Amino acid sequence: MHADITLTVDGRRHQLRVDTRTTLLDALREDLGVTAPKKGCDHGQCGSCTVLLNGRRVVTCLVLAVAGDGAEVVTAAGLAEGGDLHPMQEAFMDHDAFQCGYCTPGQICSAVGMLDEAAAGWPSAATPPRASAEGAVAELDDTEIRERMSGNLCRCGAYAGIVSAIGDAARRTHAAAASGIPRPAREGGRR
Amino acid sequence: MNPFDYRRAEDAAGAAAMVADNPAAAFLGGGTNLVDHMKLGVAAPEVLVDITHLPMDEVEALPEGGVRIGANVRNSDLAAHPLIRRRYPVLSQALLSGASGQLRNLATTAGNLLQRTRCVYFQDTSTPCNKREPGTGCSALEGYQRYHAILGASPDCVAVHPSDMAVALTALDAQVVVQDAATERRVPIARLHRLPGEAPEHDTVLNHGDLITAVELPDMPMAVHARYRKVRDRASFAFALVSVAAAMSLGADGSVSDVRIALGGVAHKPWRALRAEEALRDGPATEERFAAAARAELAEARPLPGNTFKVALARSAITATLRQVHAEARGGDGHGGPGGHGEEQR
Ligand SMILES: Cc1cc2nc3c(=O)[nH]c(=O)nc-3n(C[C@H](O)[C@H](O)[C@H](O)COP(=O)(O)OP(=O)(O)OC[C@H]3O[C@@H](n4cnc5c(N)ncnc54)[C@H](O)[C@@H]3O)c2cc1C
Ligand code: SF4
Ligand code: FES
Ligand code: FES
Repeated sequence: MHADITLTVDGRRHQLRVDTRTTLLDALREDLGVTAPKKGCDHGQCGSCTVLLNGRRVVTCLVLAVAGDGAEVVTAAGLAEGGDLHPMQEAFMDHDAFQCGYCTPGQICSAVGMLDEAAAGWPSAATPPRASAEGAVAELDDTEIRERMSGNLCRCGAYAGIVSAIGDAARRTHAAAASGIPRPAREGGRR
Repeated sequence: MNPFDYRRAEDAAGAAAMVADNPAAAFLGGGTNLVDHMKLGVAAPEVLVDITHLPMDEVEALPEGGVRIGANVRNSDLAAHPLIRRRYPVLSQALLSGASGQLRNLATTAGNLLQRTRCVYFQDTSTPCNKREPGTGCSALEGYQRYHAILGASPDCVAVHPSDMAVALTALDAQVVVQDAATERRVPIARLHRLPGEAPEHDTVLNHGDLITAVELPDMPMAVHARYRKVRDRASFAFALVSVAAAMSLGADGSVSDVRIALGGVAHKPWRALRAEEALRDGPATEERFAAAARAELAEARPLPGNTFKVALARSAITATLRQVHAEARGGDGHGGPGGHGEEQR
């Protein structure tokens, strides 16, 4: 069974007909030729297929393309603006945060989404519950970064570089979020 | 994967009717469990009814003092919601200890409750499994048992329920709001999931076509000090071997006036530790009594050869969590362990 859907990927609008069984990952890679998101496990376990879906980081291997009809997708390839690399991409290069590079597009999208979550005041499992209850934003130390990035595996074990790259990018681009200045938490649901 | 028809529901009762009328139809939430199972051949629905566009995505304070959580609220939004962080931190902690940031952004409240076991044989269609194919046998009885039950299992199935969130909801006495094609009803969380008995194919007491529309938390002042502790094989992004959600309130003399304890990773359902609660209530809050309560709860444990370690693990996890929530209830004066952080109470 087929469905006609619209996806905006890295700023370009596409209309396509998909088999309802197609995942968003396969629609991006096979139907649209957008190969930045990678297929690692295909079961939500590795994070290599991570993109920003309507602004939030998600794995695309467990999302049906038909359920994502109308969505806006940003992949690692769409983060660069006007030929300039995104600060997260710069930081990954500066810190040698990859070896084979297979997990990297997913790591970078996840890290960008993660910094937005931290800037919105979201706690993590590493955030002390008292601080979380008071609405304090976690300072993104290595423990916080590791916990918030645990959905992205790297088989080359480039974790040391990944953690320092993200810490660096956090300081560069989200100074407010990383400095512990409280900001109102994002509300759940629609307003 | 089998071909299927995809539909978007217009309203809750309509969605319930669409699924109730077709034995091969299923609701689609975030899809992080169902789509996985469709790929594995564990589930093969012919119609998917996408309910994520229904207006069930608010977290709101109830006039009687509780909180209502819409079934479509994503796990990440729920964990970050100020009402939950302030009044039910154990729920926020449990959610944040589960899955990954990317998965929590997709997973819904109802989908999390109704996720199915992670038993490796259930997920592998080449092996016998009574839960997946009734009557074929249970491969885990002679197999890998590390993540299997020590309480309430049956000879037909020794699987555990994998949700962290559900353990916190069980300690919080949540009510699950269920809509069928005609009416709405409330099911206490402790009665939503079943023990396997002779029908492990049924995870819950819901009927085919029952739509979860919300989860309601009662007003519970002691929940402010409730905490979640999860023990697992790696520090993050792993299911629980054992987990504990606990809340405690103290009388003027420092004794335990009320307590809630629920366990994860030990049974076919989130396990409300009523024996431990009873052993503790209305008596002094001492280390000896915390340990005795943990022993009382696990007296009935029947571990498998591959998970005998979980009995002692569960005992120490319960004791440590009680020590921690006791310190929180007293005003966070230390020896709270991870999560206690020795901060002063406001
Ligand atoms: C790699 C990985 C790691 C994970 N780790 C953890 C972990 O550590 N802890 C943990 O708790 N969970 C973990 N999970 C599981 C995750 O929490 C669940 O997959 C998720 O919560 C399911 O929610 P969903 O909305 O995606 O459900 P779906 O997959 O959409 O649905 C699940 C089931 O619920 C039914 N359903 C959905 N909504 C409703 C409704 N409103 N009414 C009635 N039925 C409904 C569906 O028909 C389906 O049967 C992990 C998952 C993955 C893939
Ligand atoms: S424990 Fe339950 S789910 Fe696992 S193989 Fe046995 S019957 Fe199947
Ligand atoms: S390919 Fe999607 S998480 Fe591994
Ligand atoms: S760089 Fe090779 S998997 Fe991460």
